[in-house]
Amino acid sequence: MEQKFLETLWGTMADVLPIAVIIVGFQSLVIRRPIANMSRVALGFLYVLVGLAFFLQGLETALFPLGKLMAQQLTAPEFLTGVQPAGEVVSELDWTRYRWVYVFALAIGFSTAIAEPSLLAVALKAHQVSGGVVGVWGLRIAVAVGVAVGMALGSYRIITGTPLHWYIIAGYAIVIIQTLFAPRMIIPLAYDSGGVATSTVTVPIVAALGLGLASNVPGRNPVFDGFGLIAFACLFPIITVMAYAQVSAWWAKYQ
Amino acid sequence: MPSVFLKTLIGSFFDLLPIVVVIGFFQLVVLQQPIPNLLEILIGSLFVLIGLTLFVQGLEMGLFPLGESLAFAFARKGSLTWLLIFAFALGFGTTVAEPALIAVANEAAKVAAEGLVIEATEQARVDYALGLRLTVALSVGFAIVIGVLRIVRGWPLQYLIIGGYLGVIVMTFFAPPEIIGIAYDSGGVTTSTITVPLVTALGVGLASSIRGRNPMVDGFGLIAFASLTPMIFVMAYGMIG
Repeated sequence: MEQKFLETLWGTMADVLPIAVIIVGFQSLVIRRPIANMSRVALGFLYVLVGLAFFLQGLETALFPLGKLMAQQLTAPEFLTGVQPAGEVVSELDWTRYRWVYVFALAIGFSTAIAEPSLLAVALKAHQVSGGVVGVWGLRIAVAVGVAVGMALGSYRIITGTPLHWYIIAGYAIVIIQTLFAPRMIIPLAYDSGGVATSTVTVPIVAALGLGLASNVPGRNPVFDGFGLIAFACLFPIITVMAYAQVSAWWAKYQ
Repeated sequence: MPSVFLKTLIGSFFDLLPIVVVIGFFQLVVLQQPIPNLLEILIGSLFVLIGLTLFVQGLEMGLFPLGESLAFAFARKGSLTWLLIFAFALGFGTTVAEPALIAVANEAAKVAAEGLVIEATEQARVDYALGLRLTVALSVGFAIVIGVLRIVRGWPLQYLIIGGYLGVIVMTFFAPPEIIGIAYDSGGVTTSTITVPLVTALGVGLASSIRGRNPMVDGFGLIAFASLTPMIFVMAYGMIG
């Protein structure tokens, strides 16, 4: 455990190193001015570093193994065929047999997005910048609903084997139409929310679910069909965040 | 200070509660299996809780002020060239070593080898994965440059992003089919937990320090570019390579 923690800390430091080099380089060679409250900022940076190492190590020991195993087990043929009455033989699995997969995709998509530190960071910033108009929890829940719907729909796509690009193109069409009607203030934040939602916590679980589905669903190739779930988790928050702003604006007018 | 820490700790607890409930429910009720290594899981969850609390504290103390002070310093210096060079370096540098990207690039090389796009040798795979990583890192560097330029000039975000989406759609019909899933996913994997707060603070800081810009309308949007351009660049990589 200790050994592993040091490895994670080391790994996090290696991730941060390029950022630190760039910032220190530009700070000392181009800007040539000291950063205000340097010692406080440095302490904060250290907190982020150690915090992230703890966070990742904890995920690796507690949540990821169980979550990944779960994604495998829920998509395994034994679990899916076990649901049906005894004596009946199923030659092909109907997409509705995967109902627990959809429930899992919805629930895990929502909860990983809520736990995502980068989403929390952006929500805090948006709350501060908007003068409190954008609520921290409101934004996070809107994004989490988007990730949840995206993952469920993405699972449906892998199960049915329908082409990825039609879903994504349809999603873009919705985004474009919503952009015309959504409050102008929310648009940049909504566009950002897709990339923000798919980070440290979400990506490994999403990838495990995609791989589990693609390797267990008959007729799917894990190598080709496992991709695409992250794209869904990245697209749908844009739609839900704009919808959240549209509904809030409508509600304010209605009252 | 201790009360702030305690408040953040309680906040982190509620942030993590849903994921614990979901995993517990599926393990015990749906799959009807006991939870293995309960002690290890409890210790791990405690780590996650402490980690998230420290991260949030460090965010307000370190990453946000750092991103903002860099934005103010560049605005005061008034050199657009240096700002754009910095933007590129930040985008490229934070992406090229991103673990999620390395994982996806290796997967993609496997796909390419199986789809007979490249030779099924170790060397070809390593080269392909490295090429993909550099492509994505370049695209993120480019994205931050365009995003920063947009904040400075005050261009409306939606036209650029929608134009980008249309580009993605058009390219989808010309790119080799096996690259499309990877390309679409690559947009989501580039934005790490440290990059997002830093880049957001940079954008908001720039928009606040330039006259006539609104931090809400002009400050956000950098991440949007960083999750859009990789799709275009990766499909182009598939078409050329």
